[in-house]
Amino acid sequence: MTADVIIAGAGSVGVPTAMALGEIGVKTLVIDMNSSPGQGENKHAIGGVRATHSDPGKILTCRRSLEIFSTWQDQQGDNIEWLKGGYAFPVYRKSDEKMLKVLLPIQKNHGLNIDFVRPEKMKEIIPGINTKGLRGGTFAPDDGSISPLLSVNAFYRKALNYGVQFRFKEKINKILCKNGKVCGVETDQSRYKAPVVIDAAGPFSPHLGKSVQVDLPVIPESHEGAITEPVQPFFQCMVVDIRPAPGSKNYYFYQNKHGQVVFCITPDPPILGTDKRETSRFLPQVCARMVNLLPRLKNLRVRRTWRGLYPMTPDGSPLVGWNRDVQGLLHATGMCGQGLMLAPGIAEVIARMITGKTIASDEIILSEFSPYRKFKKEEALK
Amino acid sequence: MNRYRITKHPILEIPEKNIVAFTWNGEKLTGCDGEMISSALFANGIHIFGHHHKDNSPQGMFCANGQCSQCLVIADGLAVKSCMTPLRDGTVVQSVEGLPKLPEDDSIPQINEVPVKDVEVLIIGGGPAGLTAAIELGKLGVTTLIVDDKDRLGGKLVLQTHKFFGSVEDSYAGIRGFEIAKILEEEVCKLDSVEVWLNTVAVAVFSDKIIGVVRNNQYRKIKSQKLLVATGAREKMLSFPGNTLPGVYGAGAFQTLVNRDLVKSSNRVLVVGGGNVGLIAGYHAIQAGIEVVALVEALPQVGGYKVHADKLKRLGVPIFTRHTVTDANGSDQVESVTIARLDKHWKVMPGTHKTFEVDTLLVAVGLAEVNEFYLKAKQWGMDVFCAGDSQEIAEASAAMFTGKIKGFQIAQTLGIDVGPMPKEWDEKATILKSKAGREDRKKPPLKEDGVFPVFHCYQEVPCNPCTSVCPIGAIRTENDEITGLPYMVDLESCTGCASCIAVCPGLCVSLVDYREDPEHPLVTLPYEIWREHVNIGQKVPVTDIDGAVLGYYPVEKVSTRKKYPGTLLVKVKVDKAVAKSVVGIWVQERQVEPSTIYEKEIPPDDAVVCRCERITAGEIKAAIQQGVRDMNQLKALTRAGMGACGSKICRPMIWRIFKEEGIPLTTVTDSVDRPLFVEVPIGVLAGVK
Repeated sequence: MTADVIIAGAGSVGVPTAMALGEIGVKTLVIDMNSSPGQGENKHAIGGVRATHSDPGKILTCRRSLEIFSTWQDQQGDNIEWLKGGYAFPVYRKSDEKMLKVLLPIQKNHGLNIDFVRPEKMKEIIPGINTKGLRGGTFAPDDGSISPLLSVNAFYRKALNYGVQFRFKEKINKILCKNGKVCGVETDQSRYKAPVVIDAAGPFSPHLGKSVQVDLPVIPESHEGAITEPVQPFFQCMVVDIRPAPGSKNYYFYQNKHGQVVFCITPDPPILGTDKRETSRFLPQVCARMVNLLPRLKNLRVRRTWRGLYPMTPDGSPLVGWNRDVQGLLHATGMCGQGLMLAPGIAEVIARMITGKTIASDEIILSEFSPYRKFKKEEALK
Repeated sequence: MNRYRITKHPILEIPEKNIVAFTWNGEKLTGCDGEMISSALFANGIHIFGHHHKDNSPQGMFCANGQCSQCLVIADGLAVKSCMTPLRDGTVVQSVEGLPKLPEDDSIPQINEVPVKDVEVLIIGGGPAGLTAAIELGKLGVTTLIVDDKDRLGGKLVLQTHKFFGSVEDSYAGIRGFEIAKILEEEVCKLDSVEVWLNTVAVAVFSDKIIGVVRNNQYRKIKSQKLLVATGAREKMLSFPGNTLPGVYGAGAFQTLVNRDLVKSSNRVLVVGGGNVGLIAGYHAIQAGIEVVALVEALPQVGGYKVHADKLKRLGVPIFTRHTVTDANGSDQVESVTIARLDKHWKVMPGTHKTFEVDTLLVAVGLAEVNEFYLKAKQWGMDVFCAGDSQEIAEASAAMFTGKIKGFQIAQTLGIDVGPMPKEWDEKATILKSKAGREDRKKPPLKEDGVFPVFHCYQEVPCNPCTSVCPIGAIRTENDEITGLPYMVDLESCTGCASCIAVCPGLCVSLVDYREDPEHPLVTLPYEIWREHVNIGQKVPVTDIDGAVLGYYPVEKVSTRKKYPGTLLVKVKVDKAVAKSVVGIWVQERQVEPSTIYEKEIPPDDAVVCRCERITAGEIKAAIQQGVRDMNQLKALTRAGMGACGSKICRPMIWRIFKEEGIPLTTVTDSVDRPLFVEVPIGVLAGVK
């Protein structure tokens, strides 16, 4: 089979990219080793979607993603459980207050609706929050959440309607090259021809890159998440506690459209590798922190827990761009756990790259996400 | 005393309980101290515990086993499973209307480190298999911890009021289930190295080889060298319109309410499923004074032991084979149940519908292994064993024996010198697990004088108590095999002691005595229902094995044997012609006639498959027809399996729909199981004091 573009991976990035390409008539084939869309790391995402970042590229990308998510149901009809609850970063330490306040001008400059609010406002946004030492925090009301499961399936249906082809339960063994140019892929079942291959394989990108001697600075890390029983909605926003604690960095949680609280923590030191087996450590660790921040959560019952992979880059920003050594290989990976929120925006940039019609804002994004950038500073809100 | 309590029972003693006051939606009620809230509500005639948040449909008791979350109520402000939460004096209970509200308790809790316990062997489940394994290990001094989510040991043995089949020497045959539980418990308590944690729910097995349990609202981590999963079985469910109505629940749930908690949960029931569970539940209903209008079985014959089916038929319960339940009807709870005949392609035959007015439908369509802990532990490469129903669904007698085998094998793997396992153990386990065999309707002895037993036992099942009680050792089974049919070696030698009648679990032995009056012999029949129905001199309807009334004959004497006080030995004087045929006494006063007026045909697609999320068969079918072949994607799209129970109930039904849609099951990807297997509050996981 021959296609214009082959996408490796039918997840958070691969599916919206396929949809964006399908829409402009690019003959696209998506290949994934799992049985259906979003069965890699997409379903491990907790669903937060924010433009509250510290770098312009991410802010621009996510503002476009937010536009797509928030208007999807009106325009396309499927419910993807968009909830405009905002993102709140409550602050208890002077240093955090300072750090967040420094970011505000950059964020506002790029059109982000965000402010540092007083403790009283924080109490209103997060009823029951521990007020001891609470200094206020930032709140970005236009951020929100969606169901990763429903949105990836909505994008998948749309892609199918545009004529995109999907091959599931099929594993790509290598990218095929001829004279330094991509000519297709070889899977465990067949060979497919295409002049362009998009690497949307997330944590498995380094492995895929190796088949064409491309060394990607992507290292998978394991994070654990969990979801509770549903209760009557009592807060709307994503709450991000950026304080570190022994064994962990930040953690975050929100109440989804069904009334379930979904949460996740960043382990410190990071758990490197692709091990997705749940451990006994996570729940006591994150729960102890959550009941301190929002004590009434103590009576809420945890339903399920899981572990997912963050394909991390050295600076916390993704890798998006053409490979300079292998012609026709386009990277769209290393999303650092933000693939869900970045992808719809990135997908449109990629579609423009494929057709050679990039616009001015794309250049800001692409230079920030360039696989060939110098990985110096870390993004403050990675 | 509450209106819906069982105050007398032919087998069970009614213990004295402390009465406490509680409120239900503001109304003052009373219940028994420490009983499960669900049972206190049932005792007060309350069957609707709330309304589902998705469709506002009523919900109530379903599994009575802590497995589903249909029985959710608000107790003192917190949403809890009423079937697992004890009632205390002053408990404020409210129905769950839609989503529960999280209490606004903003006190900052104190956090403790989650304690870790080390043991050599952890046994999850203190039922027949777990207890016998613990006994084997305890005898060898192995430090063993049994965790069980209920407030007493015994598992489902405590619900069983009937005498057990199986082998006298290996599995306490002839003794009633709840009595076996006591025997095993006493044995376990004597063993110093065995510790028991009751009210302890195992919630997860993690990849760092730690088992998470919640004991009295405290989270604990357990590290064990060996793990034995003896978690038993859960009941399967049928999908039919009306299946979420309060009043539709498992036969096992019913036994919990009636036999453990002594609650008169219903007035009139219909049973679907003719396996042993359904047959026994029907029998238990009648013992509890609850009318059984019919038992329905889809197969051409019942799958359970014939003796169990015969017992029901003799009491007056019609068995409809080749029938199924098409729907349960009622606005807020079950008011009637409609059944219909099935053709040879398992399709409902038009015009064969019959509707029975009942308040309860007992679903007994099979059991599924509770094996999620075992599978996870295996996945994590732990040293794990599995026994009883969680390994393979069979009788409790088999569970007791496989538990013993696993206990022995665990000891071996711990390096304890126990020698090789006795060769015959595996073979015995296989026999105890064997399904009922062929039916062979033997003719009774020709003899018409003296005294001798007649065995109305025509189907090979593993059972031998009758051979063990004959004082002259004259009763044997064919080829001396435990599954062989019993016979009397020398009819002349019978002393007429009636021990074989008293011990028989199937109640299928009678004693015919021609000595006093050869024309009107005295026949002794086993009987386990109401004593007041068999007064001396009273004429009682006696039946043959199939429940046909052969005549009304006077009761001459009623006695019991010391060891089997629940089995009345009723001596009736009958005509010679029927003497060898009579075996039971008809109990149900009238047979409820079904109505054949069938008004509405509800599309079967309305049946709820995922009851946690209220997802219908139609929604699942539509997704399959659109090409979904991955259970995970099905879950993502429909939410089926995302609820509190974690697809424990709907998964087998979803597989069935795939099959019915003609999808080869090898092309379908199964869903991923994740911890927790039971919901746990964030505060408990955090180690809040």
